[in-house]
Parts: sequence; C-alpha cells; structure tokens
Amino acid sequence: MGETTGPLKKLPLDALWRVGAKKFGDFAGYDMPLEFEGLIPEHNWTRTKAGLFDVSHMGPCFFALPKGHGLVGDEAHKAVAAIIEELVPGDIQGLKPGQVRYTTLLNKDGGCLDDLMIARPAEPGAAGDLYIVVNAGTKEQDFALIAQGAGARANLVRADDRCLLALQGPSAEAVARAVISEDLGAMTFMQVKRFDMFGRLTITRSGYTGEDGYEILVRAEHATALAEALLAHADVKPIGLGARDSLRLEAGLCLYGHELDETISPIEADLAWIIQKRRRTAADFPGASRILKELADGPSRKRVGIRPLDRAPARDGVEIVVAGKSVGVVTSGGFSPILNAPISMGYVETAFAAPGTKIDLIIRGTPRVAEIVPLPFVPHRYKKG
Amino acid sequence: MTKKYTKDHEWVRIEGDVAVVGISNFAAEQLGDVVYVELPAVGKAVKQGGDMAVVESAKAASDVYAPLSGEVVAVNDALNGNPEKVNEGAEGDGWFVKIKVANAGELDALMDEAAYAAFAKA
Repeated sequence: MGETTGPLKKLPLDALWRVGAKKFGDFAGYDMPLEFEGLIPEHNWTRTKAGLFDVSHMGPCFFALPKGHGLVGDEAHKAVAAIIEELVPGDIQGLKPGQVRYTTLLNKDGGCLDDLMIARPAEPGAAGDLYIVVNAGTKEQDFALIAQGAGARANLVRADDRCLLALQGPSAEAVARAVISEDLGAMTFMQVKRFDMFGRLTITRSGYTGEDGYEILVRAEHATALAEALLAHADVKPIGLGARDSLRLEAGLCLYGHELDETISPIEADLAWIIQKRRRTAADFPGASRILKELADGPSRKRVGIRPLDRAPARDGVEIVVAGKSVGVVTSGGFSPILNAPISMGYVETAFAAPGTKIDLIIRGTPRVAEIVPLPFVPHRYKKG
Repeated sequence: MTKKYTKDHEWVRIEGDVAVVGISNFAAEQLGDVVYVELPAVGKAVKQGGDMAVVESAKAASDVYAPLSGEVVAVNDALNGNPEKVNEGAEGDGWFVKIKVANAGELDALMDEAAYAAFAKA
C-alpha cells in the first residue's frame, strides 16, 4: 500500500510539528511526525490525559447527491446511502442523523479493499450527504472506486486538503468542551456533528486508540489556531505515529495492510458485527456468497490476539506454529506499555483460534511459546450512549 | 582503558584479555525505549562484524554485531528483566556481553572516542 513516487507530501501543520517532533518519516507518501517525547511516554500520556494526533494524511471526503436532488430527510439519506452500500456490507441506509458506522470496502470476492468510517450528518440541511474517511495509503483507489461506482448519481468531494486532528484520551472531553464547545459533552461514541467554530468543524466522537475522544476535520487555514488552542491545555501533548500504532494495537484495532487486505474477509477479521441484519438478509454486497458462507460455517482462518509468554516481541511476518506445523502468521506486533509485555495480532487456522491455545512463534529461527488471548488487550473506554 | 567503537554503534572496553561490549549511548538514544535484548549463549563463538545479539525497541528490532572475534564468556543477565538498563546506561550497566578476545589486533579497525563522536554526529 501507499505506493508513491516523488517528494514526500507535507502536512499543512508541518511547521507546528517541526518544533517538537524528534523524528519524522514517510507514511503513505506523507512526511509524518513519528515521535515527540518517545513512544512509551506518548502512549502513556494518551491513556492517562489526552494526545493530539495529526492524521491529515488520511482520506476524508463528502459523498453527496447532485445539487437539486429535491429529496429531503430520510429519503435523501437513503438515496445516497444506497449508492455506497453497493461497495460495503454495512447498513448505511439505516444510519440515524448524526450516526457514524465503521465498515469495509469489499471486492467481488469479499476481500477488504479498505476499512473506513461513514457518517450521516446530523444537520437536516445536509440530508443526502455522507461524510466518509478512508485510509491514507488507499485513498486514491478508494476515491476512484467510490466515484466510479456512483457515476452521475452522486459526487465525491475530497476533503483531504483539510486537516484531520484526533484528540484522544480520558481528558479529551474536558479539553474539547473547554476549547471548542460545551456541546461536545453531549455527543456519544460514533456520533458526528458540525460546529461553526474555527471556520467550520466536522467532529466525530471516535478514534483509533481505544480511548474516548474526537476526530476533528478543520479547514487548513484554521488548523494552526485549533491545534495551538488544544495544545495550550495542560492535559494535551502532541503524539506521533509511533504511539498511534502501539495504542491501536493494544485496542485490538485493525491496520489496513496488516490485519486487513484484499484477500481477507470481514468474517476472518472477526468483524462480523459490521454486517447488520438487513444486509445479511439481502445478501446484496460484493462477495456476499463467501461472506455469508463464512458467517454460517465459520471462516478457515481468524484474526486473534497473541501474548508471547516471554519478553521477545513478535512482529509482522513472524510464523505461527503448532506441533511443528505452520498454522498462521503475525500481522502486527510490538510492546504494550500498559501490560508491560509484548503483544501481537495475527491470523491462525480457526482450529487454533480459541483463547488459551498455546502456539509457537518463530522469532529469528527460534520457537517461543505464546498464547491466544481475547481482544482487545486493553479495554476500550468509549463514551457509549 | 579507553573505549573503542564500531561504525555499527557498538562499544568495546578491554579488561585484560576480555572485552566488555555494548551499544553506544548514541545508538540507545536513537532506538528509544529498549523493551527486549536477545543475548547469545555463553560459550558462543562470535566473529568481528558477525551477528551477536538483537535489541528490540518499542518500534523495531535491530541487530547488534560483535566488535571483535572471540568467545562469549559472560552475558548481562540483568537485561532480561530490565532491558531499560540499556537506555539508562548504555555504556555502563547496560553492557551486553563479555568476549574473550581472540585477536587483539582487530581493535585497530575500531574508532576511538573522538573519531566515533565525529562519526555519530555526521
């Protein structure tokens, strides 16, 4: 993923991050701040206070019925949602105003082309619009796929010239209420709302850390003022891409290109919950025959959590063996600052996917004992409605 | 006894016929938080520039090469439970192994402190 040529793209807030970041690096063609204070202190800060992440490399966009569509309310929403449902297995038509859903773009074989968020705006005037955020490394092909699928029925308007900031952690609500609007306290997990502050903000209560928090779309010309206002709060520090990865790993969340790719179905990825009943019954999404069969009979492989029983981290690509036979592979791995221990995710044949199953991880040629464990490694602390 | 350094950021200090070996302060700082060190078995024969150990930081695994040829006569077991010792004192308590030096002449290929400081800065 993220095949790019030419010079790295700079974030609109590049100058702000240059002040505090120790390391920058290429991610999906963007020159991203990887590390500020250090991976572990940044990770722990996010779990105890609030971290501010610049995720402007990602792919936010608006997908809307053409102007003058003449539809209102649910009717307008269902019309635009029906178009995107041709590509995803989630019940998008069923979204309430202001609701966000996590789903995947599927190929005809039921493999995941990306994972993404789709939101129905809360504002009645925006009925017939969807707010969508896809991954950085896949955004070009995702946008093309969505626009092509829609044809003249709807328009995709990229918003990746704006900034996307994630504020994550137990202090996120207090900070957001103080800096942006008291009304942010009333939002619950997986809701979206527009705020006429710092230009105009589109804010979802969501994130990629397992913590409560918000993801904030802000126009580039207002982004510095917003970021500086958030960072001025005593509970907020900037967090790099390195800690973003260890946080999402502890939270047991998929990273596209690791836990998800075009060969992996949502069922194998243990994401059956993203396929709502209406879509299962209708069986009208790409790859439905494979996916519904896996739902009924169980998939042949499954995403699992793994705890090495010694201290050696098992990273992406490490082979998983049981009784000398290869049964899977690690897709992400590293060190959990909260558990003070190595953790991994990976895929194993379903027969070996039950928590408590002992496996061997082949690290630099040496088998090391590990155990299948339930996900997440660290409990989510979302603000549920 | 003065310390010498490799271009791969290992240090070595000679104590009699034994070399104490670790990774440099500069390397430890670059790696960030060390979470695991895989040390060789005592008795293992190592070759100058060959694989000797692996150091894992929060973000990645890095190979550590033997600065001199010889036999591993001791390893720093304290790193098993406390890998953070590498960050706290990479050129002190965070040493990795002791090697019985096979060929003291190999030291000539290594940098002294001043040369290494200039190398690390470049």
